[in-house]
Amino acid sequence: MSTNKNFFQGGQHWVWLNAGAISISIIMVVGLLLLIAVRALSHFWPAEVNTFTVSQEGSNQLVMGEIHNHEEDIQDGVEREQYLIKTGNRDQYGIDFRWLDLKDIQETKVDENVIVLERHEWGNLYGFIKSVTMDGKSVDPTAENLEAIIERANDLHHQIREIESDDIGSINYDIEELRLEQRRLELDDELTDEALAELDAQRADLNQQFLDYQADLQKLYAAIKRDSAEFELVGGQTKSVNAQMMVRSFQPNAMGFFAKIGHYFSKIGEFVFDEPREANTEGGVFPAIFGTVLMVLLMSIVVTPMGVIAAVYMREYAKQGPLTRTIRIAVNNLAGVPSIVYGVFGLGFFVYFMGGTIDDLFYPEVKPSPMFGTPGLIWASLTLALLTLPVVIVSTEEGLARIPSAIREGSLALGATKFETLWKTVLPMASPAMMTGLILAVARAAGEVAPLMLVGVVKLAPTLPLDGNAPFLHLERKFMHLGFHIYDVGFQSPNVEAARPLVYATALLLVLIIILLNIAAIKIRNNLREKYKSLEQ
Amino acid sequence: MVSKMTEVTEKNAKQNDPLANEKIAIEVEKLNLFYGDKQALYDIDLKIPEKKVTAFIGPSGCGKSTLLRCFNRMNDLVDIAKINGEIRMGGENIYKPGLDVAELRRNVGMVFQKPNPFPKSIYENVAYGLRLQGINKKRTLDEVVEWALKGAALWDEVKDRLHDNALGMSGGQQQRLCIARAIAVQPEVLLLDEPASALDPISTLKIEELIHDLKKDYTIVIVTHNMQQAARVSDYTAFMYIGDLIEFDNTDKIFTNPTQKKTEDYITGRYG
Repeated sequence: MSTNKNFFQGGQHWVWLNAGAISISIIMVVGLLLLIAVRALSHFWPAEVNTFTVSQEGSNQLVMGEIHNHEEDIQDGVEREQYLIKTGNRDQYGIDFRWLDLKDIQETKVDENVIVLERHEWGNLYGFIKSVTMDGKSVDPTAENLEAIIERANDLHHQIREIESDDIGSINYDIEELRLEQRRLELDDELTDEALAELDAQRADLNQQFLDYQADLQKLYAAIKRDSAEFELVGGQTKSVNAQMMVRSFQPNAMGFFAKIGHYFSKIGEFVFDEPREANTEGGVFPAIFGTVLMVLLMSIVVTPMGVIAAVYMREYAKQGPLTRTIRIAVNNLAGVPSIVYGVFGLGFFVYFMGGTIDDLFYPEVKPSPMFGTPGLIWASLTLALLTLPVVIVSTEEGLARIPSAIREGSLALGATKFETLWKTVLPMASPAMMTGLILAVARAAGEVAPLMLVGVVKLAPTLPLDGNAPFLHLERKFMHLGFHIYDVGFQSPNVEAARPLVYATALLLVLIIILLNIAAIKIRNNLREKYKSLEQ
Repeated sequence: MVSKMTEVTEKNAKQNDPLANEKIAIEVEKLNLFYGDKQALYDIDLKIPEKKVTAFIGPSGCGKSTLLRCFNRMNDLVDIAKINGEIRMGGENIYKPGLDVAELRRNVGMVFQKPNPFPKSIYENVAYGLRLQGINKKRTLDEVVEWALKGAALWDEVKDRLHDNALGMSGGQQQRLCIARAIAVQPEVLLLDEPASALDPISTLKIEELIHDLKKDYTIVIVTHNMQQAARVSDYTAFMYIGDLIEFDNTDKIFTNPTQKKTEDYITGRYG
């Protein structure tokens, strides 16, 4: 009894309550991260391909594929175990996945010769090599020869992509610039015959270049089509695949541990550094990573000076009266406005009003299609800057309030003006607080999706916002974003089962990027803190 | 109010000017200071002699720090502070409209109760005031920093770590750094607001020795609540009580033979 009394009187129950709350929070966060990480990272591991002998309605049937999922449920009082098998061969079967009842499976075999072929279309192919044709001649149907033709095809693919996106892309860009130039001259009534001739000459020159590239392309396309291979599927059908469609091939059942590890990392590399294929369900997410990081950086560049200037005015210069207090409360409350509201505001104000005005004033020649008057990177960054502005203002204000008045007085007593005191002493000392604000802003902005859908994010952007065509950074372009990518792949994809692991992988990547951005900011802040160690002793 | 006025005039009449042989650096005339509705200083008339140490003593809240902060217009930072009367330096009223306050503060250096070095290197702390004046030449800065640190009796202790953070020094060193920082801009007057109250006895001793050395070049005004300190370092002493200047005289005279009853009571420890 007395120990019980001591327990409560000593406040032990509060300690336990707090510790419990913290433990639960930590377990939940760590658990979530672990779940995402495990699901995401296991996706890239080359799974064994099984050959199942299935008896259904009296007849035996062969099914080949990876075990994707395992489920138990009770139907009509009978316990049922099911496997979800990824059978691939979508062009043949119509779907990639198939449920198999465990009790129907007669036999499971692992055949070393099974080959998995990743394709540019129709998903994976599972089967056996029947024949390989190289340069129109039949060669031995071995995995090595198949890999050889895939390597040649990938090489050519690379060249084709380079010509199409870089060279022809830049020609298209120049031709569009010429068209706009002509329209501009027309609008200014300066389109003389000489100017027109000059433009036409340039255009003809570009067209000639385009034709040259086109000829090159045709050669490459012819070359890429020269190889092909035939595969035998598990049901006995034969499938012929042109090398043009192949991405990679591997034999998961024959792979040793280290080969699997190599494959694993090359798949992760593909995921991080490549562009998406097949409606975002295959390939990588590089454009989304790029878009996310670029947008967050642009947002930081906008929000930091704006927030700091606003905070300095409110704390240092404004008279601390009812008006300032009201503004301060309003700013604090802005942080609580739902983000979609910012999205609507961004669309109405930034995109239509500001963007439209910019188009009217500076780019009248692009009409009727808008240039800045349409969702794009710059407007997304500005909208998020607005969204995160309160956070930066509040933490900068707190930082300024914490600077001891003795420091200000010391500076003023040496003959510094108020501005000099601020600039040389107070602001540097408040810089860790500014960084804290920025960290919070980045964490919030990088994870935000809802407003972005209105002001610039798309599911598939044809070009990165940064490329080799002047002015290099194209702020008006639409971009891809990891958060939106998760939504798109997870909920808008026709192929849900195939997309699910990618949702986890993309989520993991988004979390990692936010962590990285935060660690960078925290490092900078700690350095600043060390430099301007607080004065309290 | 009326009784206070008569008391003040009475008091002035009794003074047979102790400053007859001194040059006057600061002249305070009929200075009243209000914090909002509350009056903090009443009709202060005072002359501060040049290149001497003048101490302000008195119980807490008597207005000695407030008066000190009038000399470099630090009270301007307090929104509700209002001042009438005149303080003249070199014949010019420092409260006249349009006066450059930054310029005034360059001429009247100040050291505060708690050491308040900037979170920069020792070197940059001393160079701060010079950089404000646009002096950025390294040679000049080096020379002045060395001179100021020597002047503040700190050079030997810090000459090998000039570029370390000033916050890594001891409290006494920090306070001497603040003095070095103040003299680096070569002011005419140095205001010390209880400069040793936050320090240990040895550091206090060093500061007091320093004050003794500095008075040949600067007019020094020091606020202290430590009477022994006032007796040790100052040439003249002003005793203040609840916003009034009760008595001003030679330090020796104040401590041995004060004319006012209140001064005597304070000095003998009857209150305060």
